[in-house]
Amino acid sequence: MSMEMIAEYGARLLDGFWVTIGITSLSVLIGLMLAIPVALMRLSDYKVLKWPSYAFIFYFRGTPILVQLFLVYYGSGQFRVELTELGLWQYFRGAYFCAVFTLTLNTCAYTAEIFRGAIKSVPIGVIEAGRACGMSGILLYRRVILPQALRIAWPAYGNEIIFLMQASSLVSIITLLDLTGVARRIISETFAVYEVYILVALLYLIITYILAFIFKRIERYLQRHNKALS
Amino acid sequence: MFELGGYTPIIIAAMKNTLLVGVSAMVLAVVFGLLGSWAKVAEKFWVRWLANTYTTVVRGVPELILLLLFYYGFPQLVQDLAESMGYELLIDINPFLAGTLTIGFIYGAFCTEVFRGAFASIPAGQAEAANALGMSDFLIFRRILLPQAMYFALPGLGNVWMVLVKATALISIIQLDEIMRMAKIAANATREPFTAYLLASLLFLGITAVSMIGQHFLEKRAAKAGEH
Repeated sequence: MSMEMIAEYGARLLDGFWVTIGITSLSVLIGLMLAIPVALMRLSDYKVLKWPSYAFIFYFRGTPILVQLFLVYYGSGQFRVELTELGLWQYFRGAYFCAVFTLTLNTCAYTAEIFRGAIKSVPIGVIEAGRACGMSGILLYRRVILPQALRIAWPAYGNEIIFLMQASSLVSIITLLDLTGVARRIISETFAVYEVYILVALLYLIITYILAFIFKRIERYLQRHNKALS
Repeated sequence: MFELGGYTPIIIAAMKNTLLVGVSAMVLAVVFGLLGSWAKVAEKFWVRWLANTYTTVVRGVPELILLLLFYYGFPQLVQDLAESMGYELLIDINPFLAGTLTIGFIYGAFCTEVFRGAFASIPAGQAEAANALGMSDFLIFRRILLPQAMYFALPGLGNVWMVLVKATALISIIQLDEIMRMAKIAANATREPFTAYLLASLLFLGITAVSMIGQHFLEKRAAKAGEH
């Protein structure tokens, strides 16, 4: 690929880059907020709380993201009348909303599973100590269990975010112009098939390793009490 | 529940292709994984470099990009090269082959890491003892290292398989008649996209569930074999 081509299409690729980052960050943030209640429900002793969250996690971890994306984006059309009555059709007709909606639910399921494991591996003595200090319920979770669980979950959670960023390339199939979508559009105009794909692959590679670097730094920060690891 | 104008059995039958691509790609991934884990500890610098580049690049790029690169980019590259040398060439890759090769190649990188860990957990004294008994390198690999590595690698390989099967849904975009593509055809024909994709997702869920049970069973058997 010539330098002029990079200059010409660079701006469009940059737009695509921001779409990729935007969809990923939105999904990660909303997904995380939803994941903690889902993880707590999954750990609950009550079957009414436990089973729905189990089924949700099992479904979203057991099926391909591409199918989930099609189910929401194309599948919602089957319920157009009902969705219009509920006033939701204006959202579900848009590819951006459907992409964020699907990726949020997907990452929520994976994150909930990561946090479930982490919460379970918080040492019982720490929780008992918190109780002995008079903390109960929400305070115990907020001050003792969740911060410790975050520390345990962090490496796995960082990987999940990277996977989600890469999986967001699938939104190009439902017509969105993310990094992959822009690449496919440029290829259909220029026929520079491998040049563009190799360039975009390199861009993804750079984003992946920048994210991995940032997560490593945060991990070091979270483990700063632990001299052996830092 | 799933009437779909008679498309239901067609989508279910397409599971055969999904599993066929999945199993072939998994076999390929294991081969790539064994080669990769061997290359990662090779003596030659460039062999190690090659293996590290392989795992770094493959795990840092979305599967979709790699698939498109392989299916559309690679033939174009070969054609352009041939043209620059004065040949007229038209390459058409079979979707089954392209899908299997790409997915096998991608998950080979994940298998490489799994096997690297598995081989690292075998005490070095075992290979030394076998060497002292006069076994050749290949015999040591076949009789001592591989069986134990397979045991250590089993949980990791099970996880790779689970992710790999779901990734096969991607090859519907290169027109291979697997679950997703048939669901798409049914969705367009019957105008019931939700029902069609729900059925597709449940078929994938079934494969995952059976795989989980299978993995549990295999690990239990392997643990039992490890006791003797």
